[in-house]
Amino acid sequence: MIKNLICIECPKSCALALDIENCRVVKVSGNQCPKGEDYGKAEIENPLRILTATVLCQGLSLKMAPVRTDKPIPKAKIQEAVSEIRKMRIGRVVQSGDILARDFLGLGVNLIATRECG
Amino acid sequence: MLERDLVIVGAGPAGMAAAVSAYEHGARDILLLERDQYLGGILNQCIHTGFGLNYFKEVLTGPEYADRFIKKVRAIDKIEVSLKSIAVHLTQDKILTFIKPGAIQKIKARALIMATGARERTREMIHIPGDRPAGVFSAGLAQKLINIEGLLPGKVAVIVGSGDIGLIMARRFILEGAKVKAVIEIQKQSRGLMRNVVQCVEDFGIPFYLSHKISRIYGKNRVERVDVVKVDENLEEIPGSKFQIECDTVLVSVGLIPENELMEMAGTPSIPGLFVCGNASKIYDLVDSATRDSEKAGKMAAEYLRNSR
Repeated sequence: MIKNLICIECPKSCALALDIENCRVVKVSGNQCPKGEDYGKAEIENPLRILTATVLCQGLSLKMAPVRTDKPIPKAKIQEAVSEIRKMRIGRVVQSGDILARDFLGLGVNLIATRECG
Repeated sequence: MLERDLVIVGAGPAGMAAAVSAYEHGARDILLLERDQYLGGILNQCIHTGFGLNYFKEVLTGPEYADRFIKKVRAIDKIEVSLKSIAVHLTQDKILTFIKPGAIQKIKARALIMATGARERTREMIHIPGDRPAGVFSAGLAQKLINIEGLLPGKVAVIVGSGDIGLIMARRFILEGAKVKAVIEIQKQSRGLMRNVVQCVEDFGIPFYLSHKISRIYGKNRVERVDVVKVDENLEEIPGSKFQIECDTVLVSVGLIPENELMEMAGTPSIPGLFVCGNASKIYDLVDSATRDSEKAGKMAAEYLRNSR
């Protein structure tokens, strides 16, 4: 079976054609770089996204601290991750890149701050 | 009157890149004006990823991309940063007036870089008839409310136009627990990048109507519903195609316009020693390209200063 996808790794938005046999991607074409091949395979077998959100600060000059996962997480886990992030609070000064939650939700990724919040 | 070698208006990605580049090419007296209380400009509210792939060869969020340049600017003592400083007037002789808390200042700039960014096109510019209730926001304003102020501007949204900010906001609304009933684009194809259609609209199963437009907004105090119609090749309404969507919020994402009011005020299209960069010169899809062009503007300003000694 051939499935067509748009790669989202960069703004080029390559149109990928995936050759799929038994739920496994056997060939990716249309990609202009190796990232496209990885994306195409992951998108069928285990779609991943970097999650970005905000965390409420307490007692800091910024009200909201932008955060993200340092690696992509399974798409299916996004709602759960968002609910968890909504419960969090930041009460200390953080730098961009500081880890806010290690091994976030047991997914093997860290949740990091993306802006200095003083 | 105070005189400065180089004054840069705006400390978003364009202004910061121009300032660093002007320094690297020899400018030694640089004043960087920013109206906000932070450096970084609009990048600070763009918390999603997708920045820096070309320039840094890394995937960054807006604040992370800004942070790289904030650190560079802060490390150069020849760049004086003036925050909460709003430029309000410019003359042909490059005399710039700006206000900051407690003061009005007039400065004669030997060279000037305008990095004033862009403004969002509004509901009024696309002529959506109907009531004028609360609940109609430009997409970038909604982005600021959610990501900076921590306020959710509505619970059930319809997005007009498929600009990148609108697509990004569709996802943001959903992640914040709101509903997005539709993205409506009058053209036959998305105005925003395909990657944003995929990861912000299709990922969440949001109906994406191409060749459609909102023909009317209803609501007494708050938006209650909108009429949607299909349009033909000439963007004219196709009779009988009308349907309604109930919503409390309409986000308008129909493009940006370069902000160059100060230059209009100066009353001439060309001033020797004045350079324009970033979204103030043209609307960029990618901040990476805006950075590179702004570095050229910084270099040109430094060369102008050297040659006019």
